Amino acid sequence: MRVDLVLENWRLFAAGTWMTLQLTFLALLIGFVIALPSGIARSRKTPFWSQLVNAYVYLFRGTPLLVQTFLIYYGLSQFEWVRDSWAWTFLRSPWWCALIAFALNSGSYATEIIRGAIETTPRGEIEAANALGLSKRQVDFLVLIPSAMRRALPQYGNEVVFMLHGSAIASVITLQDILGAGRTLNARYYLAYEGFLTAAALYMVLTFVLVFLFRQLEGHYLKHLRPRSA
Amino acid sequence: MEQLIAYAPLLAKGALVTIALAIVSLALATALGALGAAGKIGGGRISNALVQIYTTIVRGVPDLVMILLIYFGGQRLVNVVMGAFGSGPLSVSPFLAGMLAIGFIYGAYLTETFRGAYMTIPRGQTEAAQALGLHSWTMVRKIIAPQLIRFALPGYSNVWQVLVKSTAVVSVIGLQDLVGLANDAGKTARQPFVFFTAVLLVYLLFTFLSQQVFNWLERRHALVGHHAR
Repeated sequence: MRVDLVLENWRLFAAGTWMTLQLTFLALLIGFVIALPSGIARSRKTPFWSQLVNAYVYLFRGTPLLVQTFLIYYGLSQFEWVRDSWAWTFLRSPWWCALIAFALNSGSYATEIIRGAIETTPRGEIEAANALGLSKRQVDFLVLIPSAMRRALPQYGNEVVFMLHGSAIASVITLQDILGAGRTLNARYYLAYEGFLTAAALYMVLTFVLVFLFRQLEGHYLKHLRPRSA
Repeated sequence: MEQLIAYAPLLAKGALVTIALAIVSLALATALGALGAAGKIGGGRISNALVQIYTTIVRGVPDLVMILLIYFGGQRLVNVVMGAFGSGPLSVSPFLAGMLAIGFIYGAYLTETFRGAYMTIPRGQTEAAQALGLHSWTMVRKIIAPQLIRFALPGYSNVWQVLVKSTAVVSVIGLQDLVGLANDAGKTARQPFVFFTAVLLVYLLFTFLSQQVFNWLERRHALVGHHAR
């Protein structure tokens, strides 16, 4: 084990960690923006939108993230009109393609999480809000959504870790994320495992930090569900 | 489209590799999951800690990293071991590395599935079996196993669905599976979009078919009279 080489190249891994965090959180953010209206449309069975969202969720949850990323990065360049359009500035860059693929993927999983959380809202909460004379919009924004978000927390925490791990696919389309840094180190010094082992350790640390953060959030936002101590 | 049809036999071959890899990985994962669950339920402090370390490592590391680590690191390990025995080099195939990595990863998830299913079996069931004087092997076969299958099936089917998608990543180490072959063919035919779309559809078909199989299994193992659908 050549620890010295890993330490010597710590900048490589620091930059990789930054890239991984960037991709993960931006994808989660965009995914969430997609998922909130989608999840609401699914739970309300809004005509047309509900079917559209259903198809989107089925497609992205039923297929591998790697293939989705390949389809966007390698696939779209097949069409001349894509290469000639303004969007080509984004679609030719692996970073943007990875972000688009990850965001759409995360959005599909988050949609199902939010739908589930909305559908398990206790009836009484909505009835109470109605009885207080809140308008439809007020019920949605002051009662339904905040309450559902709390209940979605544990599962959303899993989705965040899932996205962090999925983001390692970025290295396959040449990006220098954590795994990309590991691959570069291995290639540069002709090593077999040191770079991968370092990457694995970094992913593990990030995973446990995220799990810890979500535990704290759950402890705060789901306090009312804890068994009361005597 | 004509290109896709011309390459269809090749892609079918790749699809078979994907299915084969998924099935052998599931077999390995099931064995590891059973072992892990047994260690957690009946084991002492040491086996409990070992299982804990196993599931923690798996939960912290992405599948792609695990596959690369086992493929390249495993190759080095094999070389060292073979060298020590004085025999020639032996190469680790991408298929073998993929199977070991995916089996190892999903074994950890199945550990939790099996343990959870076992815990769901009411304690009174084993007590009643013992009170009836059943032989412990008979008890496992007639009382524990049927209920374990019933409770574990939903989790098992979830793991399978995720596992199948996970096999796509093994194409990164050069496995000629559905994704690997479609990647090459799409480049040669200059139609990557068409080929990757075809791959997506094949995966959707896998997902759909496995769902049918698991629905049938769940109905078969359901308690008669309960959850009548």
